[in-house]
Amino acid sequence: MTGAVGLLDELLLRELTPAVIGVLVRRGVDFATAEDAVQEALLAAALAWPGQQPADPKGWLVTVAWRKFLDAHRSEASRRDRELRVEAEPPPGPTEAADDTLQLFFLCAHPSLTPVAAVALTLRAVGGLTTRQIAQAYLVPEATMAQRISRAKRTVRDVRFTGPGDLATVRRVLYLVFNEGYTGEVDLATEAIRLTRQLAAMTDDPETAGLLALMLLHHARREARTRSDGSLVPLTEQDRSRWNTSMITEGVAVLQTALGRDRLGEFQAQAAIAALHADAPRAEETDWVQIVGWYDELLRLTESPVVQLNRAIAIGEADGAKAGLAALAAVDPGVPRHTAASAYLHEKAGDIATAARLYADAARSAPNLAERHHLTRQAARINQLLRG
Amino acid sequence: MAKYLMLKHYRGAPESVNGAPMDQWTPQEVEDHVQYMNDFAARLESTGEYVDSQALSPQGTFVRYDGEGRPPVTDGPFAETKDLIAGWMVIDVDTYDRALALAGELSAAPGAGGKPIHEWLELRPFLNAHPTVTE
Repeated sequence: MTGAVGLLDELLLRELTPAVIGVLVRRGVDFATAEDAVQEALLAAALAWPGQQPADPKGWLVTVAWRKFLDAHRSEASRRDRELRVEAEPPPGPTEAADDTLQLFFLCAHPSLTPVAAVALTLRAVGGLTTRQIAQAYLVPEATMAQRISRAKRTVRDVRFTGPGDLATVRRVLYLVFNEGYTGEVDLATEAIRLTRQLAAMTDDPETAGLLALMLLHHARREARTRSDGSLVPLTEQDRSRWNTSMITEGVAVLQTALGRDRLGEFQAQAAIAALHADAPRAEETDWVQIVGWYDELLRLTESPVVQLNRAIAIGEADGAKAGLAALAAVDPGVPRHTAASAYLHEKAGDIATAARLYADAARSAPNLAERHHLTRQAARINQLLRG
Repeated sequence: MAKYLMLKHYRGAPESVNGAPMDQWTPQEVEDHVQYMNDFAARLESTGEYVDSQALSPQGTFVRYDGEGRPPVTDGPFAETKDLIAGWMVIDVDTYDRALALAGELSAAPGAGGKPIHEWLELRPFLNAHPTVTE
């Protein structure tokens, strides 16, 4: 699906993808074969639709995908000299499109898949992206991504669901996609939001709603988070007028409904923290005391050292740098960004010589260039002060 | 066209002329440096000579096979004396002279005091694919 199909058409195609796979699977086609047939139908649509979009796009895709499947099956069958049992087009099954799509989410995030494989398979079978687009988004060669996807399909080939699948695994996959951000022509964060929205609509699950809220609240700040040269702008320095208020409003509304169900989970707690940041018109008006409270909740839910680290920073804001440093002392120093957090709190405590040294150390162990440059600039800023 | 690797070292290259560590520059000098590097890559993209560039973390380990059924042996982190690659840029250019000129430009990236770093870069030609026509 290159430039041949307009933006709207491409999104429509992608939205129809899981439902069309579902129809074929319901007709008895195995998932891997159905997925191949639907991808071929999508490519055919990309060629045919710019001329004339069919009145019933889904029906069109089902018909073409079914024909692609029959063609493939026929040639395989004749090779093996097997009788054809699926020649006649069967009557359409019961309309269970939403359930089919949900099953597809579960299948693509199946625990037997590695996270990397689950992400790739979800983007292709549920997201309707082409292998090329996924490869480009993850900066790997297309052949590599094609192999990753076909191995994933082989892995789940014999999966049969007896009960409902595990929503937690699906959420983790979507969260991974969201965090990958933006490279290439496909915006993975937007795609993750689209799929999470779809998942939340199909399930009555507060934690999935919490994930959607978290994504919306983070995505709302995207414009303000980086400068035009790609450098990072910390939360406190962001131009809050550039935050996307409609996305924040939606995120807060989704979160409030979820919290009202009284089944707190990790993503809801994270979204609550993001909502408190979004709620402050100026950085100084942030309600750090409430944020610390949510980190306490989060810690009870996860016991993650990363949460401990962020909690220490929040304590530094709520109760002063000394209290923050005391909380940080209890956190495993091997946790990513520990040195950067320590630098920040030391500067806040007035020990700027130590802060400068720690910022420089933190820059050396930064996990990406944007963070490295940001931390280097912090060290440079303080060293300039020290030189007077 | 021929591909070249421009290698940048954390350690192991001769001293730069203007080699003060980055955290000793002013914040503006850091920004100007980053801007220069971004502009350089963007310009090579526009001339059709850019292939790839990556930066590496200074943390690394030597690893080797230690025999059947045994975990690999590691040696690391790298000792202070070892050569340490910081990153690279791959370019695809018409001539060796063009590659030299570009490496020279990259080495002129501004550092402390806004003056060129004069950093030593290592320029390495790729071994080419076997040509179709050999006679």
